[in-house]
Amino acid sequence: MDEARIARRGLGPRLRLAGGWLLLALLAAIFAPLVAPQDPLAQDLMLERLPPFWMNGAEPGYWLGTDSLGRDLLSRLIFGGRVAFVVAFAAAIAACLVGSTLGLIAGYFGGWADRIISRIVDIWMAFPPVLFAILLVAVLGTGLSSVIIAIAVIDWTRFCRVIRAEAMGQTRMDYVENARIAGYGRIGIMLREVLPNVVPSIVALLSLEMGIAVIVEAILSFVNLSISTDDPTWGGIIAEGRLSIHQAWWVLVFPLITLILTVLSFSQFGEALKARFDPVLR
Amino acid sequence: MSAACLDIRNLSAVLANGQRVLRSVSLAVQPGEVRALVGESGAGKTMIGKAVLGVLPSSVHIVEGEMLLEGEDLGRLQPKARRTLIGARTALIPQDPLTALNPSRRIGPQMTDRLVRILGWSGQRADARIRQLLDEVQIRDPDRVLRSYPHELSGGMRQRVLIAAAFAAEPRLIVADEPTTALDVTVQKQILRLIAQLQREHGTAILFVTHDLGVVAKISQKVSVLYAGKVVEEADTAALFAAPQHAYTRALIAATPRYTDPLASLKPVDEAVLAGLAAEIAAAEQAWRPPHG
Repeated sequence: MDEARIARRGLGPRLRLAGGWLLLALLAAIFAPLVAPQDPLAQDLMLERLPPFWMNGAEPGYWLGTDSLGRDLLSRLIFGGRVAFVVAFAAAIAACLVGSTLGLIAGYFGGWADRIISRIVDIWMAFPPVLFAILLVAVLGTGLSSVIIAIAVIDWTRFCRVIRAEAMGQTRMDYVENARIAGYGRIGIMLREVLPNVVPSIVALLSLEMGIAVIVEAILSFVNLSISTDDPTWGGIIAEGRLSIHQAWWVLVFPLITLILTVLSFSQFGEALKARFDPVLR
Repeated sequence: MSAACLDIRNLSAVLANGQRVLRSVSLAVQPGEVRALVGESGAGKTMIGKAVLGVLPSSVHIVEGEMLLEGEDLGRLQPKARRTLIGARTALIPQDPLTALNPSRRIGPQMTDRLVRILGWSGQRADARIRQLLDEVQIRDPDRVLRSYPHELSGGMRQRVLIAAAFAAEPRLIVADEPTTALDVTVQKQILRLIAQLQREHGTAILFVTHDLGVVAKISQKVSVLYAGKVVEEADTAALFAAPQHAYTRALIAATPRYTDPLASLKPVDEAVLAGLAAEIAAAEQAWRPPHG
């Protein structure tokens, strides 16, 4: 992409804020053992339900307080980010590859390919997604890869439907007809003429899907169906925080804020990227 | 053996409901000649162009007749061979320069792509060729244009680019589908002059689809007048304007607005003429029997 052009237009506050938060959270998750102030699994009943740093009774080194077992909340959030980001990237990319490919084929080739793929999508979307996810994980067994597979298996339809519609619109364009007159093969036209025009949508959906994957992972870990070990997850922390809401509100509120900021950032980041990738909007 | 660049004989096409949209059309374009195809919208002008280029919509089926491109019957070729032949010998100058260029690709690769991939030229040779053509269509800053995305160019510039692209591979036949309709009036004239000039220099035959008789008079040597998918008159351009034979042609010429008499109200085609045409079409449909039952 044209760096000079981007520099001239500036990054815009939306992309900067969203990207900034995601970068911060991602770096913290990657370097979790280095940046986390405490061991996220270390229990200390002497330090249970410590409040965050600005309140009376806070202990230095436990910035966001501790939960009912005396584990450091900030460290648990940072380590929980690892699961969240791994799931977000792996599941969203898997769903994107499957969904975009099928959508492109359905939209560009039309006819039987479209009829078959569209019917499958209809059937797929008849299932409530969260129930479907719980069912899948119950069958696959808990664990990180099961969560990733479950999200990809459920959410490829989002990509498929949007990309199908966009590819369909593309096939009616004169440059596609021109390429046919010139004698290009159908696959060649699909990749060279159609795909570049749907990439902005794919990028936006991909970022949005990462946010959705974070939520679904949180839901699954909330009902204890995500990863089976004791490693902290955002959904797990929320579930624990819910039990002690009257004694230690921070155990519920901070993971919620983290989750909301992350999901919001993913969707805003996607929108901003779409605008950047689109040569007409750019 | 006919020497015609394009020879369409008795071509009929129907829609899925059996209605005929092209009614036994015959027309020929000789090498180096410009044949105009005039008619009102919906007369099937564009359909003929699409049929020649092999990009008819899937709802339209050719039921009889043949199309010979430099003596080769397109209907008898295998699809693959037909595509290759059409790709190598023909090109299209499209109606709307806005949708005819891919918005997410730069002009340069879009123009050279075809030379490199279809004709197997080296990238360098294709690039030199494209620059030469851009010079011929009077684009003075080829570097900037080649680096641009389509939306960064004006409509007239885009149409110049498309004309250059159409002539670049030295096709024998160009189908120009109302190439000036989407442009504003001042640009139309320049573009028309450019097409005429390149046509003369390259000796390319053009099937020029238009509804504008003024354009016909300027650019073509031969004319076919089309009404409801039927060729109602065919003549040398000069002869057609001097002595139109068919009542519809006379009415069309009379309906053309003139600069010499700007206050005269526009004349629609006469009711009696339309009734006569309807009778003619009905008679043709009566006489026509679809092949194979």
